[in-house]
Amino acid sequence: MRILIIEDDKEAASYLVKAFREAGHVADHAADGLDGYAMAEAGDYDVLVVDRMLPKLDGLSLIRSLREQKVETPVLILSALGQVDDRVKGLRAGGDDYLPKPYAFSELLARVEVLARRRSTAPNAEPTVYRIADLELDRLSHRVTRSGQEIVLQPREFRLLEYLMKNASQVVTRTMLLEHVWDYHFDPQTNVIDVHVSRLRAKIDKGFDKPLIHTIRGAGYMVRVGAEGDEE
Amino acid sequence: MNAFLSALGKLFRTTAFKLSFAYLLVFTIFAFVGLGYVAWNAQRLLTDQFVSTIDSEVNNLSDQYSMGGLRRLVNIVERRSRAPGALLYLVTTENGERIVGNVGALPPDVIGRVGQFETLYNRTEETGTKPDVAIVRVYLLPGGFRLLVGRDIGERIRLGDVIHRAFGYSLLFIGVLGCLGSWFIARRVLKRVDDMTEITRHIMAGDLGGRLKVAGTGDELDRLAQNLNDMLDRIGELMRGMQEVSDNIAHDLKTPLTRMRNKADEALRAARTPDELKAALEATIEESDNLIRIFNALLMIARLEAGNAREGLADFDAAEAVRDMAELYEALAEEANVSLDLSIEDDLPIHGSRELLGQALANLLDNALKYGAATDPSAKDFSAKTVTVSAHRSDGEVRIVVADRGPGIPEAERGRVLERFVRLETARSRPGFGLGLSLAAAVARLHGGILRLEDNEPGLRVVLALPLKAAEMPQPPLQSAA
Repeated sequence: MRILIIEDDKEAASYLVKAFREAGHVADHAADGLDGYAMAEAGDYDVLVVDRMLPKLDGLSLIRSLREQKVETPVLILSALGQVDDRVKGLRAGGDDYLPKPYAFSELLARVEVLARRRSTAPNAEPTVYRIADLELDRLSHRVTRSGQEIVLQPREFRLLEYLMKNASQVVTRTMLLEHVWDYHFDPQTNVIDVHVSRLRAKIDKGFDKPLIHTIRGAGYMVRVGAEGDEE
Repeated sequence: MNAFLSALGKLFRTTAFKLSFAYLLVFTIFAFVGLGYVAWNAQRLLTDQFVSTIDSEVNNLSDQYSMGGLRRLVNIVERRSRAPGALLYLVTTENGERIVGNVGALPPDVIGRVGQFETLYNRTEETGTKPDVAIVRVYLLPGGFRLLVGRDIGERIRLGDVIHRAFGYSLLFIGVLGCLGSWFIARRVLKRVDDMTEITRHIMAGDLGGRLKVAGTGDELDRLAQNLNDMLDRIGELMRGMQEVSDNIAHDLKTPLTRMRNKADEALRAARTPDELKAALEATIEESDNLIRIFNALLMIARLEAGNAREGLADFDAAEAVRDMAELYEALAEEANVSLDLSIEDDLPIHGSRELLGQALANLLDNALKYGAATDPSAKDFSAKTVTVSAHRSDGEVRIVVADRGPGIPEAERGRVLERFVRLETARSRPGFGLGLSLAAAVARLHGGILRLEDNEPGLRVVLALPLKAAEMPQPPLQSAA
């Protein structure tokens, strides 16, 4: 996918460009708000990574201007401010996700990939049933079956699985899970999320020879078929 | 010279000088009005007295004239004219020809006028010298003779001169004294302000130990100095706090940084296979993630304490946040074989940040599970494996309690563990950075509440007491109209 990084810190930007390229993406860089705006408007990017504080045109104004021009490319805001309402301001300006500095690249990569994926699936075309291998999750009837057998899940477990399956074959970090399943935006310090995932895993994968919920070390979790590259 | 002028200019510009000068002006005006009134009154009184003397003399003489005729009048006038300190007398014919009197020369036509007026004159013995001024009355006697009686008013003029001179002297006196006074006061104030400026300049240059002199007079400058000193004390405290925090940060980050560096170094030297290298790199990333966590936690505490998180606060239900976090940690508790007892009252509205309260609670639950469940596994006491979470309203507060049955925290240590990076010796072996309680306490303060550590006999009871949001008041009509 094509990623545009709008960041004035040269070193941080070149690290990001390199890291995204190594992760198999095409990454461009703009060093100030105006360049970034021009490139974002002209180029066909899947995701924009925008620093909040930029010379010439600040990040939030840039996003607002893009949205006014009907450029709907998903935007991830990077911010060193990180105050309580900072996220709200960023999202209100038209950002799609928000990551306070300092962050781990794995976290940024996972979020960018999820944003890009969301763009490729039209918002209304979200299926009512998620299917991966023999696992099925019906979002309307709240039923989960594997190989036709019904699996009874707690409401929170259902939402956890729903989010994992929605982003199947993508890394989902613990912070992202806390955000989307519990609606809290902080870094879960210990293994609270892991315990919930392992509980879910016990219900989904136990008794089946092909595990579907995989742990990605140093990053998070992924639902996918097959054990290729699995590092459990 | 220029330096002197600039110093003088500085003096003139001081508030004290300007104020003194204004007072000086006001007092001068008062003095002039007062003196002028006195002078005017004195002159008036004097004139009245002269006039009544002249009038009675005129009456007396005209009586004499009607009793004894011209001869008697001439005799009396002649006698009275010669008495020392005599009034002015002149008796003339109808045509103004002098018959008798001590007035020598008069401006022409004076004697032809009848009535009271002021005029220049010379006494008979002083003819040819500079004329004096007198107030006179000319009276027409029956038979066409004219009688003039007058009184020299040189006295009145001299009194006027005295008063004028007094005006002049007092003006000079007030002016000189006022200027000196203003200068003295301004210089005194200026000196103190200059001293203050000098000291503050030193302080700005980095000598934070310096303090302004308090003269002990209790005046406004003293109060200012005292306030500035208090402010400096506070700044000093904050600086020491900052220093302490940065020292702690340096210390606590040094350990994981060194560990990370050593691991990477060792991997570089010893790792043979790609797998070993990969494992070493992953360990490095994990360590750096920890560092990022520490940084984030520290930044968050710093922001909360700086108080600039206040902007994004809103009303929310604390009960829900407690329930959310209990639910989040329930799985972890179960895994650790700890039972999580919940007693949460419905509907606990507070004003603040649901996110931050959630995070504070997460830290408390984390601690309770980490340390509170750490009792001897052979203990028979069943409640040793219980963590209680409760949230209730009481006295206008929402009290959220997380209590465990673990070893607790000795009373002497309770204040200390709320500080950043402080970890009890018994906790050193467990993962953690010693920031959880600090963060929870900072969150409590942000909500206008407090975090208390109490004895759960045995165990630790952490109480988050936050002010309950007052029930919605009926809107006053003015506001609802707006």
